[in-house]
Amino acid sequence: MPVKRPHRTRRVFAAATAAALAVTLASCASSSRDTESIASQNNSGAEGTLPVGESSGGATGEPASTDGTIIFGAEGAPSMFDPLYATDGATFKVTRQMTEGLVAYTPGTADIEPSLAESWEPSEDGLTWTFKIRQGVKFHDGTDLDAAAVCFNFDRMYSQSGAGATQAQYWSDTMGGFKDQVDDAGAAVPSIYSKCTASDAGTAVIELTRVTSKFPNILGLPSFSIQSPAALEQYDANNVVAEGDSFKYPAYALEHPTGTGPFTFSKYDTANGTVELTRNEDYWGDKAKSKTLIFKIIPDESARKQELQAGTIDGYDLPSPGDWEALTAEGNQVLVRPAFNVLYLGLNPKNNPALLDLKVRQAIAYALNRSEFVTSQLPEGAEVALEFYPKTVDGWTDTVTKYDYDQEKAKSLLAEAGQSNLTLNFWWPTEVSRPYMPNPSAIFQAFKADLEAVGITVNETSKPWNGGYLDGVDAQQADAFLLGWTGDYNSPDNFIGTFFSDPTSRFDTADYPWGAQLSEELATADSEPDADKRAELYVTLNEKLMGEYLPAVPISHSPPALVVSAAVQGLVPSPLTDERFVGAYKTN
Amino acid sequence: MLRYTVRRVGQLVVVLFILSMLLFFWLRSIPGGLASSICGERCTPQKIAEIRTVLGLDDPLIVQYFKFLGRVFEGNFGVSAKVIPGTPALDVFLQRFPATIELAIGAMLFAIVLGIPLGYMAARRKGGILDNAGIVATLLGFAVPVFFLAYLLKFVFAVKLGWLPPSGRQDPTLRATRITGFFVLDGLMTREWDAAWDAFKHLILPSIALGTIPLAVIFRITRSSVMDVQGEDYVRTAEAKGLATPVIRRRHILRNALLPVVTTVGLQTGALLAGAVLTETVFAYPGLGAALAQSFREKDYPVLQVIILAAAATYVLINLIVDLSYAVIDPRIRTTGAAR
Repeated sequence: MPVKRPHRTRRVFAAATAAALAVTLASCASSSRDTESIASQNNSGAEGTLPVGESSGGATGEPASTDGTIIFGAEGAPSMFDPLYATDGATFKVTRQMTEGLVAYTPGTADIEPSLAESWEPSEDGLTWTFKIRQGVKFHDGTDLDAAAVCFNFDRMYSQSGAGATQAQYWSDTMGGFKDQVDDAGAAVPSIYSKCTASDAGTAVIELTRVTSKFPNILGLPSFSIQSPAALEQYDANNVVAEGDSFKYPAYALEHPTGTGPFTFSKYDTANGTVELTRNEDYWGDKAKSKTLIFKIIPDESARKQELQAGTIDGYDLPSPGDWEALTAEGNQVLVRPAFNVLYLGLNPKNNPALLDLKVRQAIAYALNRSEFVTSQLPEGAEVALEFYPKTVDGWTDTVTKYDYDQEKAKSLLAEAGQSNLTLNFWWPTEVSRPYMPNPSAIFQAFKADLEAVGITVNETSKPWNGGYLDGVDAQQADAFLLGWTGDYNSPDNFIGTFFSDPTSRFDTADYPWGAQLSEELATADSEPDADKRAELYVTLNEKLMGEYLPAVPISHSPPALVVSAAVQGLVPSPLTDERFVGAYKTN
Repeated sequence: MLRYTVRRVGQLVVVLFILSMLLFFWLRSIPGGLASSICGERCTPQKIAEIRTVLGLDDPLIVQYFKFLGRVFEGNFGVSAKVIPGTPALDVFLQRFPATIELAIGAMLFAIVLGIPLGYMAARRKGGILDNAGIVATLLGFAVPVFFLAYLLKFVFAVKLGWLPPSGRQDPTLRATRITGFFVLDGLMTREWDAAWDAFKHLILPSIALGTIPLAVIFRITRSSVMDVQGEDYVRTAEAKGLATPVIRRRHILRNALLPVVTTVGLQTGALLAGAVLTETVFAYPGLGAALAQSFREKDYPVLQVIILAAAATYVLINLIVDLSYAVIDPRIRTTGAAR
């Protein structure tokens, strides 16, 4: 009997073939987006990695069109869109394009320049600041910016309570307490902020309770952006509620952020993981050069890289230093930010009294081959840290005690201290990569070898960053630990004040004879109204921190980067990660 | 039939209750935790203490659990802290669910459309080229880790050749209308053909990556099942009666051979979420798998709990559907009590 092909089977095969054909057709269809092909990027001869702090801004080419779209790969979902309640970079990256503060950071630097305030003047005693408010500025909802709107915002921030106060972390970190906040003993929590008065439509006067070096620099932080009072009230902006395991935000923060910036909020497509902003056609300054700005949420770094390579996004943040060269070779531009961070080896004497002896801490500093670590493990432009903050911040000095790599000195110091058999519980974090600490495991291995070479026994503890590491370090369980900090604004207090003001912090300075004194010295320097005197005080403090105190060993300052395709111009890398897309556009 | 269904649904409720309790206590025994996750990098011990107080995380765990259970009975599974911050966890689930279903359908279609005919052909020509090639290919399919295959597919077809999008669900510049959350379906319903086509293109690579193991399983099961059935007496009888070959194949061989295949398809569909975690992460595809991985990494307990409980419920439900469809396909089951 001749074998006949069955109809049913033939039909099934026809279906399979059709499906396969669809796949092939889809593969061959070109995307409708105006992306550059990889091949043309490779031939573009872009200059690639830029010197630290230099921008690619507007050097060549004209915008392909004023209706262009820039798609930027974001590393995480925004928490919401009210910057007052945010602390994370993923949120600020979006809100920075929509809202502005009284002052702004000059692109590419940590210095401040006028923004919604045209000028400002402190009183003689440094307690009263008079801001001239820019006229003719409108919020995205069409209402006018005036001094009353500015004061409304500051009063709103100061009046936070309950869950809102818990979430307004930048306020409590920089200004202190809130209006009605009391501590466990029932005493009012002190605040630097006193009140804001609108003396006329164009003048806002902010009064402080004490002088601080942070003012007015902190007013450029996204959290202190000025938002539309009408929208804040209409959409119930202060209604943050603690619910179950988390916080619930009001409609303002989720759907109606209303600032004065060059972009307005269009939509957050949560199903597709994209946030879309549109050019503000009524912007008071130079209007945005691109009509649409889209942030595409891609948590996985290698996925971000491949999207850029495939041309489906135009750039992304924090490319791994190991990829810089390859990305540049493919024709992309790696925009290197000036290093505004510090990695340190924290020390804590709580469980290891041997560390109370300065000689032991100095021995550890001499034992670490920091220059070798910087050369072999950090990107180009990284430097060994002489003290706890980078050169660009006031009070930095090279007159501090230096701890160049010297094993013999380390051994003799340990012998003098009677600690030749020192044991150190050394903690390092897993499941994390930070701009100041690209590869914690490699850092730990290098320093462990350095310490063992001078006779120190290292007991290793590794825990996930958010799975016990930060909690354990803060609970003072580690003798030595790897941590760091990225600065928010240009003030020494943002670095050493954050680290050492509180004697009960992760460094446990309370256990040293000089712990309380260091806190006082920090407060005194921060409260000095005269800038020159203040800088001198910080120079002295840095000398003491490195020569007499040494509560930790500063390791390095490392420049992070962002990467954009060859077609993107006008994006200036900022040491504060304060990149504004207002001037960014794509060339043909 | 009704009693049987009711009993199975009762089992489902018990399973979910026990699971919710285990989940709740296990998650909270892991170091770190939600407070530090919410607090972020700039956290201080004081700030964490404040967050714990405000959220009531200092209450005894058993008290927290019953509060949680009370909220669940009101339909409130808490609020996401990290995946889609500020959004109720149930809404996060409902938004991400269509994405994963779309992907699962794509993966299973890929597996069924290729697996059944190829398995059938391989069995009909046992020892032939197709049969041997199929055996080798399925071995490879089992051996290659999903994430590696996903990465390879993406590298070749998206990055190097540029034929297909490397990740995500849809090109955001298309500004597609959302109705059901199933992007392909939404595009077809609104006649936004380019949006539907683009969503389909985004599905191809992850569907192949996720569908490879089910494809291998279905191929193997179909092949061995067809081999078993074609040696059965009733097939020989049918041939002896002089029935046309297509009729024998369709009515006697395929129909009987498909029973174990249907079971396999059901079980494989249930198991897809495990594969989806890796596939969605590699393809930055905003579905439940990626949400599960992220919520575990960043301690977004409300979302994690909803997804795991829903996954368990889905798994039990799919089993139920498979058992009921058995009853439809195989008359013998209908007459032995389960269905009546």
